[in-house]
Amino acid sequence: MSNETHADKPVSRAPKIGVFVCHCGGNIADYVDVEAVARAVADEPGVYLSRDQVFSCSDAAQQDMIDVITADQLDGIVIASCSPKLHMHTFRNMAGRGGMNPYQYVHVNLREQCAWAHRNDREAATRKAIALVRAGIAKCRLTRPLEPITLKTTPAAMVIGAGITGLRSALALSDLGIQVHLVEKSEHVGGYVGQWHALFPDDVDGNRLVSELMEQIRRRDNITVYTGAEVVDKSGVVGGFTLTIRRSNGETETVQAGAVIVATGTELYQPAAGEFGWGHPRVTTLDAFKRHAESASDGTLTWDGTPVRTVAYIYCVGNRQKKSASCPNPNTYCGRYCCSATVHTSAWISRRFPQVRQYHLFRDMRAYGRNELLYEEARNAGAVFIRYGEDDPPVVSSEGNDRVSVTVKDQLTGGETLEIPADLLVLVTGPVPARNESLQQILKLPLSKEGFFKEIHLKLRPVETVIDGVFIAGSCQSPKNLEESASSGLAAVSKAAALLLKGSVNKEPLIARVNPEACAWCGQCDAACPYGAIECVNENGREVARVIESLCKGEGACVPVCPKDAVFVEGCTDDQIRGMIRSLAEDPEPARQEAQA
Amino acid sequence: MSSTSGTIADTKRILVFSTDAISDPGIDLAGSAHMHYPTGVRVLPVPCSSGIKPDWILYALQSGFDGVFIAACGGDCPHLSDCSARTGAIVRRAQELLKEAGISPKRVKMSGICSVCAEAFVAHMENFQKELASLEA
Repeated sequence: MSNETHADKPVSRAPKIGVFVCHCGGNIADYVDVEAVARAVADEPGVYLSRDQVFSCSDAAQQDMIDVITADQLDGIVIASCSPKLHMHTFRNMAGRGGMNPYQYVHVNLREQCAWAHRNDREAATRKAIALVRAGIAKCRLTRPLEPITLKTTPAAMVIGAGITGLRSALALSDLGIQVHLVEKSEHVGGYVGQWHALFPDDVDGNRLVSELMEQIRRRDNITVYTGAEVVDKSGVVGGFTLTIRRSNGETETVQAGAVIVATGTELYQPAAGEFGWGHPRVTTLDAFKRHAESASDGTLTWDGTPVRTVAYIYCVGNRQKKSASCPNPNTYCGRYCCSATVHTSAWISRRFPQVRQYHLFRDMRAYGRNELLYEEARNAGAVFIRYGEDDPPVVSSEGNDRVSVTVKDQLTGGETLEIPADLLVLVTGPVPARNESLQQILKLPLSKEGFFKEIHLKLRPVETVIDGVFIAGSCQSPKNLEESASSGLAAVSKAAALLLKGSVNKEPLIARVNPEACAWCGQCDAACPYGAIECVNENGREVARVIESLCKGEGACVPVCPKDAVFVEGCTDDQIRGMIRSLAEDPEPARQEAQA
Repeated sequence: MSSTSGTIADTKRILVFSTDAISDPGIDLAGSAHMHYPTGVRVLPVPCSSGIKPDWILYALQSGFDGVFIAACGGDCPHLSDCSARTGAIVRRAQELLKEAGISPKRVKMSGICSVCAEAFVAHMENFQKELASLEA
């Protein structure tokens, strides 16, 4: 952004506003009389010039606007074009290049919210367009120059959680020359992956994978690993957090980090007593079964000392639940990794213990992508797959201490009831959000309705959170397999590194402000703020509220709670909103074009 | 309440408060999908529905709007997990102001409009138009 602004222009004179109305080719002009709109607003107070343009976003049109801004020393501009989601930043940057304060640019949405929504009535759409542009002008008249808030960054990051996501992320940060503090709550690193050996899809040994990553981490000078340690306090803002770590022996340590990557992983669902026979000595979970089978030293699979000849699996335990009296808070989401993990385990058991018969009671087989091949391998090795309906779950009954019997209606044979005696019943329990209330409170991270940490935008900003500088990665965000966890870890690393390596970070100045003269400090704004962005300060002997610039998100929750009308958000002041409302309420007549035969 | 004139005569004027991150993109989508709604619908985007002042709602109705619709962030709000509850409280306070001013509290409505809720938005506008018309019948 250019530092050359019209610093020499007198502040007190009436603002000079340029208005540009875009045809967007025919996208706007086919449904709105763009030229009539430009004419109708030309005499609005403050408007210095008003023009129409075929494509305001084109390089030529932007250069024209820059020339006008510079030559005529405009204070503000209004561009009526497409949705602000497309070009607000384009035009804000353009205004800055023209030497104007970028925050005195106002965007009016004439395409998505006028032309395209009213294609059936050109005259009425034109009237509405004039009202919309007048509202933009009313807002622009009351803008004031704002400067971005610049925050310096510390070239260090904290990674919370040393599972596969955290380990991979720590190495990637280290590769970029960023100092890493890797904090793990348990005494051991590696999470679930470190406890398993053969992993889908290609039998890579999870335990060895973790050892290899740790081996590399030990060789790095710029990674410090804290095990048996928890984050107990955070202060500061993006670029300069101060984080307190407490070890299990009670010692605390404070470190500086410019960004935080949360990779705290997930937990596996714990069945309730009696749920699918849970509590019976022959009922276990996929996780426990896998670890048990992998530790078997000879060629026989045993359980409690007796050989296992038949294994039955029940899928979707604790996931994709429906709300009912017995399940008031259902986990409605899919566990994502469990189908693939179970067919892989089945194929692995068939290779290692070919004499074991396996029955899979599934709801929908979600072994997607190349994991489909594992499903095929499991079936080819003789495992039997039985599909049960959501409303007809299998019923488990005890057959003494060494055996259970599973009754299921097989949807694939038209609802035939099958009874399967099994030496071992494996409940395929899916991932559930880890219990991290204290960390969530310390970092002020929002949760999704499923209880996982929530990103800003699932598709477009998948690792960023509303807390600037705090990123989420891996299965703490949603169920993920190893490959997806590592990918999201690396995505978080690139987002964190992008801000740390730049040395400073700019924050939008469109935040809340307090008018100290009107404020009588009652604390209601503080109570309404979820980010702790309000502080009480003494100004000229009076206690008043002040907004901590670096923490404020500008959503304005503090605005309507103020009994003194002392709080506002930049760009949405009382006068601006009221001015816009007045303009929007009108239904102006388009100015007739003169001298047309 | 509105001075009905010209082509807007058959439609009610509705001020919609949209939110930058959530409902405004949903309303954009209605336009992108070429769904039509009356030209009396005018949208004023704000950062979040939790920041709308009740007096703005009263002011809009006193300035010529027939109704005010808050296209709230709902459960998708990126800022506040209790955004709907806060916005609901703002609407209730606004309704008190309207009653004091002798204006029907039915002239203000709110609903969560998500970033892909184009059809829901258009349906709300059509229904609200009818409800506002029936208030004057």
